[in-house]
Amino acid sequence: MAALLEMRSITKTFPGVKALDQVTFTVEEGEIHALVGENGAGKSTLMKVLSGVYPHGSYEGQILYDGQEARFRDIAGSEAAGIVIIHQELALVPLLSIAENLFLGNEQSQGGVINWPATYRRTEELLAKVGLSDPPTRLVGKIGVGKQQLVEIAKALAKKVRLLILDEPTAALQENDSQKLLELILELKQQGVTSIIISHKLNEVRRVADRVTVLRDGATVSTMDGSEVTEDRIIRDMVGRDMAHRYPARTPKIGEVLMEVANWDVWHPEQAERQVIRGASFNVRKGEIVGIAGLMGAGRTELAMSLFGRSYGRAVSGEVRVGGRPVDTSTVPRAIDAGLAYVTEDRKELGLVLEEPISKNITLANLPGVARGGVLSRGEERQVAERYREAMNIRTPTVFQKVVNLSGGNQQKVVLSKWLYADPQVLILDEPTRGIDVGAKFEIYSIMNQLAAEGRGVVMISSEMPELLGMCDRIYVMSKGSIVGELARGEASQERIMELILANERGAAAR
Amino acid sequence: MTTTDPNTGVANERPQTETTGIGAYLGSHLREYGMLFALIAIMAFFQFVTDGTLLRPVNITNLFLQNSYIIIMALGMLLVIVAGHIDLSVGSVVGFVGALAAVMMVNWGWPVWLTIPACLLVGIAIGAAQGYWVAYWRIPSFIVTLAGMLVFRGASLWLLEGQSVGPFERSFQALSTGFVPDLLPFVKSVFGMERLNGLALVVGLLIALAIVWNGLRSRRQAAAYGMDTEPFGFFVMRNALVAGAIVFVAWKLATFRGLPNVLITMGVLIVIYAFLTENTTLGRRIYAVGGNLKAAKLSGIKAERLTFLTFVNMGMLAALAGLIFAARLNTATPKAGASFELDVIAAVFIGGASMSGGVGRIVGAVVGAFIMGVMNNGMSILGIGIDYQQVIKGLVLLAAVIFDVYNKNK
Repeated sequence: MAALLEMRSITKTFPGVKALDQVTFTVEEGEIHALVGENGAGKSTLMKVLSGVYPHGSYEGQILYDGQEARFRDIAGSEAAGIVIIHQELALVPLLSIAENLFLGNEQSQGGVINWPATYRRTEELLAKVGLSDPPTRLVGKIGVGKQQLVEIAKALAKKVRLLILDEPTAALQENDSQKLLELILELKQQGVTSIIISHKLNEVRRVADRVTVLRDGATVSTMDGSEVTEDRIIRDMVGRDMAHRYPARTPKIGEVLMEVANWDVWHPEQAERQVIRGASFNVRKGEIVGIAGLMGAGRTELAMSLFGRSYGRAVSGEVRVGGRPVDTSTVPRAIDAGLAYVTEDRKELGLVLEEPISKNITLANLPGVARGGVLSRGEERQVAERYREAMNIRTPTVFQKVVNLSGGNQQKVVLSKWLYADPQVLILDEPTRGIDVGAKFEIYSIMNQLAAEGRGVVMISSEMPELLGMCDRIYVMSKGSIVGELARGEASQERIMELILANERGAAAR
Repeated sequence: MTTTDPNTGVANERPQTETTGIGAYLGSHLREYGMLFALIAIMAFFQFVTDGTLLRPVNITNLFLQNSYIIIMALGMLLVIVAGHIDLSVGSVVGFVGALAAVMMVNWGWPVWLTIPACLLVGIAIGAAQGYWVAYWRIPSFIVTLAGMLVFRGASLWLLEGQSVGPFERSFQALSTGFVPDLLPFVKSVFGMERLNGLALVVGLLIALAIVWNGLRSRRQAAAYGMDTEPFGFFVMRNALVAGAIVFVAWKLATFRGLPNVLITMGVLIVIYAFLTENTTLGRRIYAVGGNLKAAKLSGIKAERLTFLTFVNMGMLAALAGLIFAARLNTATPKAGASFELDVIAAVFIGGASMSGGVGRIVGAVVGAFIMGVMNNGMSILGIGIDYQQVIKGLVLLAAVIFDVYNKNK
């Protein structure tokens, strides 16, 4: 096999930071090459160099593509050469149809007039290739994330892609959607499409990748071939140390019931007749980590957000008790006063003020803590921020760094710091490790253990079952808005959880 | 200054007092100081081309009188824009409140002491009426206040029946054109000058001292907390410049008629709002709401109420500006305040605020307003036609925002 792409000694410097340092990266024609590394290791930067987001001249080193030196000035340049990048945040317009999205910027037209019959015909061909049967006129906003991801790939195929770059393609997908996507990538390989896949999910990497390149701190650590690829080896190279256990050890000290939710009902905010949560009841004890498992759409986030100040849903009813006493959680400030904290699954959209520094984000939920009579003390604020920077190991040159510049793991630590500073009794963590690299995950798990050890109650919502099984003392299983089972640590397994979900779905279908 | 630039704030375990050069510091803080330097450059330019007319005592006094209402409204507009909204109605509210005050005093014979609070309350009510729809019904502020702009323009026409109403009592005019009497007449004799307002000079000196003292104090505090501080040379230079400018202006005012009432009003408001935005939980929360509404709400911030309050505040300040403007013209006309909203919004954006909310400073808005004001004034002195003036002002607004965006992307 010949090398389709060779990136030689790529060095990219930002003011004050060397993001890439002499990175060498080779992709063979027709292979699937996984690029892995912790957040901030330089994967995205490398791909931006490749796709022309950082134009030729803004970096040092050489890119050989198809045997010739490539000097892309912008994305259009790299796309013309058949390099298409699909970002983690999908670049689709929700209010346009599938067909319109597929050919956006690449319309089937003569003299600026769109040829709709040709557009729809081509769309159907492309959709068939990625295994979608939706009509081309359907709005992209009306199909799920999994299908949107497939539309993105179809869009790349429309551009006659030779080298497809997928940045965290399965991060937002459910298990079966992920499987479909991975199969599609394998199928495209048969058709001669070369792929680079960036992923944190090492089992997926092992499944599809022919070769794996590990980046760490902006430098290439290793490139391994099929037979050498093991999860342990990848992790060791990624974090630069052996990680004996993926979950930190902990001896649970579980006390009396801390929070109790009973008969929780929630209706959909727009669709009046649709009940999203049906009579959910659960509890958390002091020092306990409780998991909520379920498929996407099971209502886990809706349950958490409706509990936290009715931030989701309509006609919310039910009872919440904290420390045995009924509490009012009808607004976010009241929920906070009642001792609750909710760490959202979408930290950029819902958790952080990205353009503000770390310090201001940490104090946001408890500003009176650094103020006297409404007047802020900058000095105290900084001390608080420094305290959490140290305690949480937030990697940053200064607490005045804007959070937009931090990696995902460090951003998550800032969100956690914000809620810890509000001193809650119960923390609800929604997908706390989504999009976070292995090393940072371990740190987040350790923080969770620490919180439980302090006698707080932790509720963990996650789509990654191994994580729930590894961390939780008890797991509730949700399906279609109801809690359909409760498993203690000893009896919980992926199979048991899936059985409970499937039994409920079959029951629902039978009704 | 206790702000720190993340790009230069590396390794900030100890204050980098002498390690950073003044030039390097300025380079990295260009966004903060750029508009201030632009203002100085514009003033120097007009001072030169108008043969020194710009900084004559009478003209400096006029500059304050002419721009006071824009600056006062810019304070409220900054909060509205930081919260992620806009208020297009303020020009019409200025006209309406001026008209209302005229009708109250001239037609109904209300005394001044009753008219002023009544008009401020009406301003608050107007702000509340608009803010209610924006905050609690999530109707875009652009639309709500565009409606308000039409409604209150029409309402002032109706109130005045298309006529001009005036003149007003002296005590009302004093809102804008009055001067604080010289309470320290002995200063005159010290300098041996016939026309010298001792109070203006002493107040100017005290303010300059207060600024330097406050600067030193926060610098010491910052050092105590281990925060970054600007290079000492730069600190001295900046304070000398600011203090010097204040003493200079005070001297000029003292040799004319002393301190205009409106300057006092404006100065006090600037201090209050600067403190509010930078040092209070209320201000911080408004920035958070504008920076990321959803995150702010999930952090327990009552975003609706804050949005509502920014509009209420804007209404009150627009009413105050309306009173001052009417007092200055000594008559209320149906056209009063037309297109003021554009000057106010331009001032805030020139001062570095972001259209998408969450960014902007009071000091910036004030500097922005002065840039517009000095240009208006300087071009009028030169006899440049209103046509060219508009074009130039438009280009300056564009240039300022481009400069801002360029600096941000750099």
